[in-house]
Amino acid sequence: MSDRKLTMSEALREAMAIALDERPEVFILGEDIGIYGGAFGVTGDLYHRYGSERVRDTPISELGIVGTAVGAALSGMRPIVEIQFSDFTAQAMDQIVNQAAKIHFMVGGGLHVPLVLRAASGSGTGAAGQHSQSLEGWFANVPGLKVVMPSSPYEAKGLLLAAIDDPNPVIFMEHKLLYKVAGTEDVPEGAYRIPLGVSRVVREGKDLTVVATGIMVSRTLAAAHELDKEGITLTLIDPRTISPLDMDPVYESLEKTGRLMVVQEAPEHGGFINEVIAKVVTSTSLGHLIAPVARLAGMNVPIPYAPQLEKAAVPQVDDIIKKAREVVASWR
Amino acid sequence: MTIPPLLMGHPLANKENASYALLTMSRIRKFEEAVEDLFGRGMMHGTMHLSIGQEASPTGVCMALNLTDQITSTHRGHGHCIAKGADLMRMVAELLGKENGYCGGRGGSMHIADVETGNLGANGIVGGGIPIAVGAALSSHLMKRGTVAVSFFGDGAMNEGAFHEAANLAAVWKLPVIFVCENNGYGMSSSTELAFKLEKLSDRGLGYGIPGVTIDGNDVAAVYEATEAAVQRAKAGDGPTLLEFVTYRWKGHSRSDKNLYRTKEEIDEWKIKDPILHFEQVVRERGLLNEDEIGEQHRLATEQVIAAVNEAMKGNPADPAGLLDSVFKKVSA
Repeated sequence: MSDRKLTMSEALREAMAIALDERPEVFILGEDIGIYGGAFGVTGDLYHRYGSERVRDTPISELGIVGTAVGAALSGMRPIVEIQFSDFTAQAMDQIVNQAAKIHFMVGGGLHVPLVLRAASGSGTGAAGQHSQSLEGWFANVPGLKVVMPSSPYEAKGLLLAAIDDPNPVIFMEHKLLYKVAGTEDVPEGAYRIPLGVSRVVREGKDLTVVATGIMVSRTLAAAHELDKEGITLTLIDPRTISPLDMDPVYESLEKTGRLMVVQEAPEHGGFINEVIAKVVTSTSLGHLIAPVARLAGMNVPIPYAPQLEKAAVPQVDDIIKKAREVVASWR
Repeated sequence: MTIPPLLMGHPLANKENASYALLTMSRIRKFEEAVEDLFGRGMMHGTMHLSIGQEASPTGVCMALNLTDQITSTHRGHGHCIAKGADLMRMVAELLGKENGYCGGRGGSMHIADVETGNLGANGIVGGGIPIAVGAALSSHLMKRGTVAVSFFGDGAMNEGAFHEAANLAAVWKLPVIFVCENNGYGMSSSTELAFKLEKLSDRGLGYGIPGVTIDGNDVAAVYEATEAAVQRAKAGDGPTLLEFVTYRWKGHSRSDKNLYRTKEEIDEWKIKDPILHFEQVVRERGLLNEDEIGEQHRLATEQVIAAVNEAMKGNPADPAGLLDSVFKKVSA
């Protein structure tokens, strides 16, 4: 079927509906995901289609919700948890970090936790410091969790279906600014899976390799179109899953471009994107670099409220253009 | 005499049940005495949390459960494992850090789980297992399995948010779960007097709209009866029950405990209320077991624990080579 340009909300909903149809053990639980349809409308009409048992509204109780999902996952179910704002995972951290992530390992492999935790992530909605964070790095630092950051509707559907299939806990960070934007690629109607742990080369260029996550993928793409006009072409790599992390396409690309730039929305200090740099500079890829690594990340501040402050706190398209120009111009 | 691995029914119903209850309590105690000895002699490392003095609770509860009913346990969980039917050898092997231990040496005392006996695992986080048990009950409800889930936890866990959230979810969804608070008087060094403004911790049930009952936790028959009633309620679709079993741990919280927060007199007082001695007295009075039969259970328990320790000692030490491959379950193609 051609010309299916969906929003990420629609693509995610399709993935969940497919999973609910395919597997009786799949169910969704979260706050206001029923009649309300989800705080960002992602579950939409699923409550009416699948009923209150499988699209389960919960009290406001993040620790209880995730813990219940862990127990259900240990007992043969495949729960999909929706956390309204990824910031609220802080309320459920024990169950995510001390329970879900570790049970399979700690008990010697006899149990596993096939759980998907979807969370609305990122800034840009004027919701300030407690509703706008990009916390993926927390989870990537915990062995036992897989962390997915879909960058488009097509990616979101395929990655979510793969996450639901996965026998391990998967943190699925959905940037809330992507929810309502129609993608540029068609989204196939049926089921398809994008394996976790395989990076995507979004586009290829000759001057610079950019590794960007989540919403920074589309921002970098927009920047790349501008840079094309100036004769600067970049390769864009979307890791898709920051844990596990597939670095091979990055190494390969650096052989051609010799310049690396990394972009994330999360604050720079201690952020995930530094891991990409560390892997490059501790590998033979270092020998291919002809320029210092450029790093563009969120400021080390809580996300502020006023629109101009909020924009200033995280990389925008113009910032990416400027940084890319600098790297390429200074290191010919 | 062969003892079935898991026997259901009232501990005082007949000779077989009485023998089983006594044997189970004795196995728990002798297992813990053995591991304490091994720790003391430097043959085990890490830490341990002993439940000596609390054996009636796991025994009475698990005699009301089927093999397919599920439990979550605590850091003080050896008794729960054993009463649910775990293999003593694999437990000792785990504490010794052996490859053939329950967790292959990756978890130790605080993380033993046993899928085959419905044990979803001990837990190193106070209150961590409570929402997990609610999830197991939700799974039973959604898949119409007809099983119940029991969460064991201590008095300390009742002041964790996890207890509150789990109890509320279970109540509003009427799930087949039983909350078993083993109130042993102390959360590490904090007495219940310091940590609660309640006489009966089971009164908290009222706040969630579920029944709460406080029972003598050193009386295995009373524990069984309360649990059995809660199981019936859960299976009838009437939702969760909060059971408080009042008991006492004779040993310190863990190895570092110098017992500065309680008196020797208090400990001695509770030793008189020993759940095993109490049960022996009852079965003797009722003519269910004679002296020889009582002695036989303890002899069997000792024999089984010694055999388990000897066998476990022979296991290979856990191998670091496999560590990275154990973090994730393999994705099947």
